[in-house]
Amino acid sequence: MSDSPAQTAGSWEPRIIAFFCNWCTYTAADLAGVSRMKYPHNARVIRVMCSGRIDPQFILEALAKGADGVLIGGCHPNDCHYAEGNYKMLRRFRLLRRVLDGMGIAPDRVRLEWISAAEGDKVKTVMTEMVEKLRALGPLGAPDKFRDWDREMEEFEHAIQARQGQEVTHAH
Amino acid sequence: MLPKRQDPIRIGFYVCHCGVNIASMIDVEAVARYAQKLPNVVVSRHYKYMCSDPGQELIQEDIAEHRLNRIVVAACSPLLHEHTFRSATKKGGLNPFFFQMVNIREHNSWVHTSRADATRKAMAQVRAAINRVPLHKPLEVKKVPINPNVLIVGGGIAGIHAALVLANAGKQVYLVEREATIGGHMAKFDKTFPTLDCAMCVLSPKMAAVGNHPNITLWTYSEVTKVDGYVGNYKVAVRRKPRYIIEDLCTGCQECVASCVYREPKFPDEFNLKFSKRKPVFLPFPQAVPPIVMIDPETCIETKTGKCKKTCVEACGDRKAIDFKQTAEIKEIQVGTIIVATGFKTFEPSQSPYYSFYGHGIYPQVYTSLEIERLVNASGPTGGEIILRNGKIPKKVAIIHCIGSRDVNTNHWCSRVCCLYSLKLAHLIHERTEAQIINFYIDMRTPGKMMEEFYDRISEEGVMMIRGKVADVYPDTSNGDSERLIVQAEDTLMSRVLKIPVDMVVLSVGMEPNPDSDEVRRKFNMSCSSEGWFLERHPKLAPVSTFTDGIFVAGCCQGPKDIPDSVAQAGAAAAEAFSLIDKGTMEQEPNTAFILEDECSGCKSCLPLCPYTAILFDPVKEKAFINEALCKGCGTCVGSCPSGSIKQNLFEDEEIFCEIDGLLASVEMPAEEPAIKA
Amino acid sequence: MPTRPKIGIYWCASCGGCEETVVDLAEDILGVVEKVDIVFWPVAMDFKKKDVEALPDLSLLATLLNGAVRSSEQEEMVRMLRRKSKYMIAFGSCAHTGGIPGLANQFSREHILRYVYEETPTTINNEKTRPQLRFAEADREVDLPEFRHVVRSLDQVVDVDYYIPGCPPTPNITRSALTALLDGRLPPKGTVLAPDIALCDECPRKATKPADLAFAEFNRPHQKLLDPSLCFLAQGIICMGPSTRSGCDAQCTKGNMPCTGCFGGTTRVKDQGAKMLSSLCANLVPKEEEAIDQVLDGLPDPIGTLYRYGLAKSLLRRRMDLPMETLPPAG
Repeated sequence: MSDSPAQTAGSWEPRIIAFFCNWCTYTAADLAGVSRMKYPHNARVIRVMCSGRIDPQFILEALAKGADGVLIGGCHPNDCHYAEGNYKMLRRFRLLRRVLDGMGIAPDRVRLEWISAAEGDKVKTVMTEMVEKLRALGPLGAPDKFRDWDREMEEFEHAIQARQGQEVTHAH
Repeated sequence: MLPKRQDPIRIGFYVCHCGVNIASMIDVEAVARYAQKLPNVVVSRHYKYMCSDPGQELIQEDIAEHRLNRIVVAACSPLLHEHTFRSATKKGGLNPFFFQMVNIREHNSWVHTSRADATRKAMAQVRAAINRVPLHKPLEVKKVPINPNVLIVGGGIAGIHAALVLANAGKQVYLVEREATIGGHMAKFDKTFPTLDCAMCVLSPKMAAVGNHPNITLWTYSEVTKVDGYVGNYKVAVRRKPRYIIEDLCTGCQECVASCVYREPKFPDEFNLKFSKRKPVFLPFPQAVPPIVMIDPETCIETKTGKCKKTCVEACGDRKAIDFKQTAEIKEIQVGTIIVATGFKTFEPSQSPYYSFYGHGIYPQVYTSLEIERLVNASGPTGGEIILRNGKIPKKVAIIHCIGSRDVNTNHWCSRVCCLYSLKLAHLIHERTEAQIINFYIDMRTPGKMMEEFYDRISEEGVMMIRGKVADVYPDTSNGDSERLIVQAEDTLMSRVLKIPVDMVVLSVGMEPNPDSDEVRRKFNMSCSSEGWFLERHPKLAPVSTFTDGIFVAGCCQGPKDIPDSVAQAGAAAAEAFSLIDKGTMEQEPNTAFILEDECSGCKSCLPLCPYTAILFDPVKEKAFINEALCKGCGTCVGSCPSGSIKQNLFEDEEIFCEIDGLLASVEMPAEEPAIKA
Repeated sequence: MPTRPKIGIYWCASCGGCEETVVDLAEDILGVVEKVDIVFWPVAMDFKKKDVEALPDLSLLATLLNGAVRSSEQEEMVRMLRRKSKYMIAFGSCAHTGGIPGLANQFSREHILRYVYEETPTTINNEKTRPQLRFAEADREVDLPEFRHVVRSLDQVVDVDYYIPGCPPTPNITRSALTALLDGRLPPKGTVLAPDIALCDECPRKATKPADLAFAEFNRPHQKLLDPSLCFLAQGIICMGPSTRSGCDAQCTKGNMPCTGCFGGTTRVKDQGAKMLSSLCANLVPKEEEAIDQVLDGLPDPIGTLYRYGLAKSLLRRRMDLPMETLPPAG
């Protein structure tokens, strides 16, 4: 999957970065694998020890580097392996959701799910659902957007060079 | 992205076929070819079974021959084989943490269906690991020494059993019990199911063994007030409450009781659930361990007014065991492991708005099962006779199952033992009184060894079983001044509403966590489930350890269970504690967090975040620091530090940013070239 | 007599506060003025653009550039000054991280122009006149710089050597930076010339910081009487201090106002707003979604609070669903 949304085959596939906590969600995903459940290939997992480790910077960086969606998986409230890390993630998520809203990022793109170590089927369901929703939303394409935005400077650059030889012509 | 290093990074990359498990869905040769072209990769191989001996040797040989300093293996889940490959890396002469594993089996080949997509995803996963591994640091596993002493909190059957197992193995055990005697709930029972053997006959020898054991320091009437430290090195403060008796001097002769200024016992006896009376000085129950009396400061004239004749002191004479000046004492002990076996409490129907209509505490004919246990007990308040409060012997008794349990209004769970003890009580009441017994149940739950057979036996004894939850209990006003109650229930199997007049109603109350369980569990850094039972590390594979290393749970405090299971769990907890002690040290995965001292601004935002109180503040330097031994490596403080001044080994920010980059990098399927074969 | 080093000072999307800082060097300004030749400082001196254009490349020791970059003219000027200067120094928050103008990245260009020229309560513009890029009258043609879609920090347009942070930078920070520059004692390229440690380190309220910070509610500074000696976070007031570099002598907290984050984040952080969000939220009291949201309602403008100075340089830079429209054709 190349990082330009327009694939050679002509069909774009959403890319999801998933941050899974070691004790619950990562184990649940392993369980889904052991049980040979089938789900879309679009998510790539990064393992952390606890959802409390997940820095909002990771989520923003993933989006900025081209992810179309970010999935965060942690233990159910009250079950966190480290007592309360998942509450910290929940609180961050509630505010981050508002920030992302203000930055024009649809709520379905960043999702927080509580998945316990026994819930392999929930991994499958969440993955499938999220991919469907992202397909409907289309690519976020942040790197392309950054390039597009910065093109407005390049156009002008050409104009400067043009002016050094000729009359002013404005480029838009 | 890559750090400036003295030695250039040389990565050895290995992708496993795992037989056909991976190779059938992922083109592993293409992955190997792809990896070969990535930055810093020196060797890139694919092999059938990387976890096998030859597979591991391959890594070791390559490290030597190609001077590798990082290893990446793409295979199964790290939860399965990370340890294996870290060992292989270590055997090859590298620090074992210069290794990164890629999960292309559980998270890829086993769950996807398109070979092209799976292969491309595998390449992205591999790229992430190859991006990340150069940043890995040479970490050392931490070893913590284990103090061989053990603290056991709670002197019920579970605590007693664990204490004996460990003491018999030669370990020094501190057994701390809140009540004045050990024995717990089991000491209150008459007979136990399914064998109907006498509880005290079984329990008493064990209690005596505890009292006499040279390796057990028994502190009754005591509570743990504070626990500091970490696995292997706990410092515990125990508060010994004053009973105004000098323990070592009292012989249990009870002459003080006989000679007390109160001629007759006057105060409700808690052990007999207030069915009988005691004096201010009393022996908790006949088989108490330690077999010494105690003085209740609330009811004793001397402790309340200072103006008693103190006939008890006179009767005690030369033994001089009574000391009215005794005060609470704080004892400090050091132990390596702690077993928490603090038991349970029974559900109180009279204190619940959903069950008060059953009339406990209102109608004199209504009893809880625990009260019946005392009545039926030969050393109880009625000498083992079932006599109602009005002096009569019941002819018809209703036993109502599931009081407080299996109910969204009170406790959602099934308390596991109530059906069985209800059958037992049916048997015992019938045996003493010849009464007709009716058990009202929702489901009959009798799992376990010999339990179904027990149920059969009780059914064959003529106990009536009606499937229906009792909807109401109210006085029978139909028959003059009858002292009967009507029990109203639907017999769901017959679809009939029944209204049965009975002489006695027994409420089979469920088990609940103790009311102060939150306070207790925080002292020991334990979690609890949403229901309030102390949380085991894993419901199947680690039922006696907790998330805090060195702290174990046993018995009903972890969840409702019967005596055989409590004892089994206690033995397991003792064994696991012993295993730590025997090993002498404990290894901790080095994924701990550390604070950059120069960079920390002392903002204190991190201090309240750690559930293990591993983060402390140095008031002199005015900076926070982390006690590595306490840190469990969750990383919550790392994610929260607003100036980025806390780092987590193995999960540093830069490492994760590298992974993100790698996962999102463009992946072009490389041209066909012969891959490097193993 | 050896020639004094040449310095340029220029402003882009700016409020003029950074220029004030230079003036606020007070008596030290003489020390500056006599050690350097200011060859370009539109607010204070009469040099023209063509004077600077005429200088050889790299002939300025440094340009202190304040203000964010949003117009084509600003781009042209900073590029030119970059060519002419040995060191390009981003001076003040706007040049460093986009500053307050950066908050405009939450809106489309069209939205802004429409609001400013047509919709403010005090504007009457029935013909909906807008500035034109080019206007011809008689035989003359005049043009205006293009107003870009995106607000940018200086280093998003040209290569930057050093950053002097602050809104505005304090005279102390400025003095130290200039002294280091003139003495040739500069740290590695790209360094932000302020301590790499958060503000709490030098804040006089540090001793009152609670060890058990737990937010049951947030208040804004105007909503309660501010205790002049107690840590703001302990009062439920959001202070960006823990996520912001020190070096400003804690002027705001000493002035009984919470820090708003103008010195930017430390080198260990990629996105100051995200980190502060993480810290504040981790220390909330409630555990349930509804109760959490209720506490967070006390923070009505998260982007404005957390990214007040740094939105343009944050990881997302700008609202992602804004169009890039072309302006109406010239004429």
